[in-house]
Amino acid sequence: MAPSAQVPASVDQTLALLTGQDYVADRRLATAVFLALKLSRPLFLEGEAGVGKTEIAKVLAAGLQRPLVRLQCYEGLDTAAAVYEWNYPRQMIEIRLAEAAGNIERTELAHDIFTTRFLLRRPLLQALSPEEGGATVLLIDELDRTDEPFEAYLLEVLSDYQVTIPELGTIRSETPPIVVITSNRTREIHDAIKRRCLYHWVDYPDAARELEIVRRKCPNAAESLAREVVAFTQRLRALDLFKSPGIAETLDWAEALVALDRITLDPQTVADTLGALLKYQDDVGAITPDVAARLVREAQAETAKA
Amino acid sequence: MTSGARSHLPGAGVLGANAFLDALPHGRLAENVLHFVRVLRVAGLPLGPAKVQDALAAVEAVGIAERSDFREALATVLVSRHEHLPIFEQAFDLYWRNPRLLEKMLAALLPKVRGPGGHSEEELPARLAQAMLPAPVRTRHAEGEETELDATLSFSAREVLQKKDFATMSVEELAEAKALLRRMQLPLPDRPVRRTRASPRGHAIDLRATLRQSVGANASITPLRYRARRRRPPPLVVLCDISGSMDRYARMLLHFLHAITNDRHRVHALTFGTRLTNVTRHLRHRDVDVALARVAGAVDDWSGGTRIGACLEEFNRKWSRRLLGQNAVVLLISDGLDADAGEGLAFEAERLAKSCSRLVWLNPLLRYAGFEARPAGIRAILPHVDDFLPVHNLDSLTSLALALAGDRAAPRASLARAA
Repeated sequence: MAPSAQVPASVDQTLALLTGQDYVADRRLATAVFLALKLSRPLFLEGEAGVGKTEIAKVLAAGLQRPLVRLQCYEGLDTAAAVYEWNYPRQMIEIRLAEAAGNIERTELAHDIFTTRFLLRRPLLQALSPEEGGATVLLIDELDRTDEPFEAYLLEVLSDYQVTIPELGTIRSETPPIVVITSNRTREIHDAIKRRCLYHWVDYPDAARELEIVRRKCPNAAESLAREVVAFTQRLRALDLFKSPGIAETLDWAEALVALDRITLDPQTVADTLGALLKYQDDVGAITPDVAARLVREAQAETAKA
Repeated sequence: MTSGARSHLPGAGVLGANAFLDALPHGRLAENVLHFVRVLRVAGLPLGPAKVQDALAAVEAVGIAERSDFREALATVLVSRHEHLPIFEQAFDLYWRNPRLLEKMLAALLPKVRGPGGHSEEELPARLAQAMLPAPVRTRHAEGEETELDATLSFSAREVLQKKDFATMSVEELAEAKALLRRMQLPLPDRPVRRTRASPRGHAIDLRATLRQSVGANASITPLRYRARRRRPPPLVVLCDISGSMDRYARMLLHFLHAITNDRHRVHALTFGTRLTNVTRHLRHRDVDVALARVAGAVDDWSGGTRIGACLEEFNRKWSRRLLGQNAVVLLISDGLDADAGEGLAFEAERLAKSCSRLVWLNPLLRYAGFEARPAGIRAILPHVDDFLPVHNLDSLTSLALALAGDRAAPRASLARAA
């Protein structure tokens, strides 16, 4: 494994690190990331879907050359799926072998089959005990999807970077992982979790930053198209929609327009491709041909001015 | 502002520690950060003593050369909820920009600040003002300077809304209510969740328990252990109408909301009349009288008109994605009499019904068997509710408990008849 890259020593270096991985962050986010690294605290990122929360963990892992361990949360996530599980088939074979060999010493056997040899490491344990040394980047994605019992379990992990396995004892991480937690806020996460973390609300980007993101992530789009796409999306977010499009949607849409060989917006194309931006029928319905035409006109006027 | 002027802040004794101050490395800056944390704490942000150290560590790491970095460093440590961000930003601007301006602002604000207490969005500056300078102090400057600041303007625009005064609950009433609520069951059956527990009648084999047992015991035959799905009540969201037409039930309904909020996990309570207010936090107080007083302070539209459609729309947009996860059940308590004559209500009711697992409507108006659903509001909501509870008499907790626990054999039938 390559030696881990240096942890940035200032906000500017953090910004450079993120930019180097094609992540166009604003300074506030860079400050939050820098502090999380510097103070060794988990970073709790909340925000609407599709604003690039998960991406931060991936970019950090790539930029710092550390392995990324990802734990996708879902309802009913338990320790067997998140932390560890015993390898039961192997344990059973071990017991059978011992029986066949005829040397069954019960207590010894119990001691033997509950060792690390029979342990299956799930994401949290992997993150806390990296096999080749060097801290990992642990991404706990969409924590709001799981239920309260799992949150409570996370408290031990996040405050002391340790997990307790009854049969083995406590496993503690020598170098704490860089922890990134994301939430779409489909419910409130308990304050006890948040208190242990540094909190950052990831907002929609402003026009300049979004344009920069489109340029980097969708280099095939013509400059005029990129500007119009961004101007259009920014206007769409100002409307009273049920779900405003995130950056992920902007990029999808730009890709879609490139695939259709468009170099500029027109109302018909917008109507045909709106599904890439808006995912609720009410929202799609709210963008009538008139509204679409007006938004396109405004976007193009703004682009022409720039 | 000098540190001396801030020394009469409330919570100055929380850390109790000039000794603590002396131990801090940065002298004045540390002291100011400490005061800033206190200001935020009094303004309602949940900040423990450890946060001061965190904030100082963050400031030390980032430095104070760049104002925006300094601000974000503090925000990252001190804010843990999106809705606290505006309070923080206003406090930051006031506190760290121009201390003298702050002093003048507060002096100008004070007469208004003593007015209504509450937590709605418009009042944030008031909360801050209270936090920074809670006791009325004599303004040293004459009126001349006061006119230069139009800080008072931001409050004059605020609607004058009716407040509800709640009589305290008598001991007997309280005892009776508690006894009733213990017996009261919401018509919400527990749902299986994805978590499992050990159970002899379960369907999945518990390999871990089985293996542990086989190792420990001396038998050569190992009985299998099983696990079954856990069951738990679904999350509940209560939308309670507090408009004029529901006035006579309001007191009892709030007792009901308080009881149910403290009795179960995952309950959220919102009231609506002309606007939607989330009162869950206020109801979480153990003592019923304190809780109700807080709700009375937080809700602005007691006994006013009803705009059900607009309020449901606000709920659908702002709250539904945050509260209706994990198969939530919505309990809508309203008479369905709508000032907007059902305008847009059917659409919003349909959306609400589609985004929750079950929509239960508790209506005190539809108490007569021959009642016809004439009002437009009622006709708009009815087709979308899953369960319909016509309550005969909502004036007491007893009858509500009976209604909720009572026979719901044919909700669909009564619904069909009413529609």
